[in-house]
Amino acid sequence: MSQLVNMARLMQGNEAVAEGALAAGIRFFAGYPITPSTEVAEILAERLPEVGGKFIQMEDEIASMAAIIGASLAGVKSLTATSGPGFSLKQENLGYATMAEVPCVVVNVQRSGPSTGIPTAPAQGDVMQARWGTHGDHPAIALCPASVAECFDLTVRAVNFAEKYRTPVILLMDEVIGHMRERVVLPPADQVMVVDRKKPAVGPDRYYAYRPDEDGVPPMANFGEGYRYHVTGLVHDEAGNPSTNPKIAEQLIYRLHNKIDSRLDEIVAVEEMETADAEVVVVAYGGVARSARRAVKEARQAGLPVGLIRPITIWPFPEQAIHQLADRAKRFVVAEMNLGQLRGEVERVVKGRAMVTGVNRVDGELVTPAEILAAIKEVG
Amino acid sequence: MQEHLETYLRMERLPHIWCPGCGNGIVLGSLVKAIHELGYDQDKTVIVSGIGCSSRAAGYMDFNTLHTTHGRALAFATGVKLAKPELKVFVLMGDGDATAIGGNHFIHAARRNMDMTAIIFNNNIYGMTGGQYSPLTPEDRRATTAPYGTIERNFDLAELAKAAGATYVARSTTYHNSLLTRLMVAAARHKGFSVVEAITACPVAYGRRNKLGDGADMLLAQKENAVTVKQAESMGKDELAGKIVIGELYQAEAPEYTELYQQIIQRAQARASKGCN
Repeated sequence: MSQLVNMARLMQGNEAVAEGALAAGIRFFAGYPITPSTEVAEILAERLPEVGGKFIQMEDEIASMAAIIGASLAGVKSLTATSGPGFSLKQENLGYATMAEVPCVVVNVQRSGPSTGIPTAPAQGDVMQARWGTHGDHPAIALCPASVAECFDLTVRAVNFAEKYRTPVILLMDEVIGHMRERVVLPPADQVMVVDRKKPAVGPDRYYAYRPDEDGVPPMANFGEGYRYHVTGLVHDEAGNPSTNPKIAEQLIYRLHNKIDSRLDEIVAVEEMETADAEVVVVAYGGVARSARRAVKEARQAGLPVGLIRPITIWPFPEQAIHQLADRAKRFVVAEMNLGQLRGEVERVVKGRAMVTGVNRVDGELVTPAEILAAIKEVG
Repeated sequence: MQEHLETYLRMERLPHIWCPGCGNGIVLGSLVKAIHELGYDQDKTVIVSGIGCSSRAAGYMDFNTLHTTHGRALAFATGVKLAKPELKVFVLMGDGDATAIGGNHFIHAARRNMDMTAIIFNNNIYGMTGGQYSPLTPEDRRATTAPYGTIERNFDLAELAKAAGATYVARSTTYHNSLLTRLMVAAARHKGFSVVEAITACPVAYGRRNKLGDGADMLLAQKENAVTVKQAESMGKDELAGKIVIGELYQAEAPEYTELYQQIIQRAQARASKGCN
């Protein structure tokens, strides 16, 4: 819908994800219907063929994840969208994408759980699953939008990170953000920065599919381009061949971590509000960050030294930013729609230098500004 | 044959991991001969496999090879083929891989009729994990997880494929390996989702426990028990019990998925350009 670019539109979060995906060059979507993410699939079913892309509704969530990995290996940027139970089912092949270094994006519009929970109600209970959901030691990148406009921006960023670092990236939304409608102005296509995977600089005879460049990321040849190599979820050597050699296993697992951990300055993003002199720092993300913003404004109006830090990148966790705030702050108030999943991370980084308390809801309702304000005042 | 092997196999990856007497290498040999006859460009051919003994075959083959997760090979292959329909796709699976953990993917791949060839190495057992029964283990057989005999009825893979919508279904054995090669060629040439069941022996994890002898004995049993499609036509149900019907079992014409999707693209683009005017 190029004629609508540069025009203000009323748009839903899930719709902005679909628009961001198209703008970032996603040309393959495989998915399975699940509330509250289904709109992403519905919109892309209509829009992808318009741009020559492909959409397929698979038989289940596992197959959807598998299909986007296959499509990405064939050279087409790929994305899937899911929620709660579907995200659980994605974990097997999410780990595969990490191990085989296949760029792809998984959108998880979080809903109340565990199990089927309340399918139409928001939650943030998948924070730790986004980090540790698949088995084994692995890095994770998860981005967390707090507005409809940011759904667009972070979908683009997620696709770019996936391509740049050859890794799956999770867009960790919640039902509030996915279904909320806001005014947005989409940028014109030439203002969207799009990153493509690095191609091999050598011919097929000298190509090792898993030999990294200095940045830790191996250049990626797509299937069908003359570079014949083996892709496996087994521990593998630089040629991609399976190996049980402890040294090769260790090098591979460390490299998968290091290619992310050594680029935290590029990957980790936070938004800070009024933190310069804050004695109380509210930590909130996604839908809850909107309530937190309001609570912090009201607290400031009441003369309280309160600030907000909003992790935009949930994983890797923004340790440095929290670490610096902990030098000055007396207390952190972590507001989230779970029983303290990110609070544990804040405590880990704060290391007892400040108090850390939580405002938590698991009833399928958004944490309110009043609840956060009350928690702030307990301190003040 | 040696020349084919050097062209199509990653010789530096050999020797393979398969046990003495295993038939998987014979199936792989048939596939290599079939691809040679088909004349497919190695750069434009993708070999996808699942998890298990047979799925290791992909790693030995000098193509674009994708060794996936257990049971999911067809779902990965669906992504590859839909993304780039010009690629030729073969999907190698074991019996447990294709019909237990991958059963859902198998029936839906058959239903979609996307142009790819699924080759199921049926050795009636989970070999890599040491001999547990699969959905293709016949009744009253011994397995490590059926120490008193299996009580589950087995699938007939060909009937399952046909009922689910596969448009080409064939079966052969490792004993009848030249037929196996011919069927693989015909399956690949068929436009749509084709299935070739390759009956193969696992003397170590299946034959030994069921007193079926060594690899050679099991090959001879394939010879003795096989009947052609033509022979089977004149045989009654009782006569066919325990027999292996080999040959082309089913063939049908149906629209191919990626071609249908190409029409979707044309329809969507026509509508979009109309909308812009």
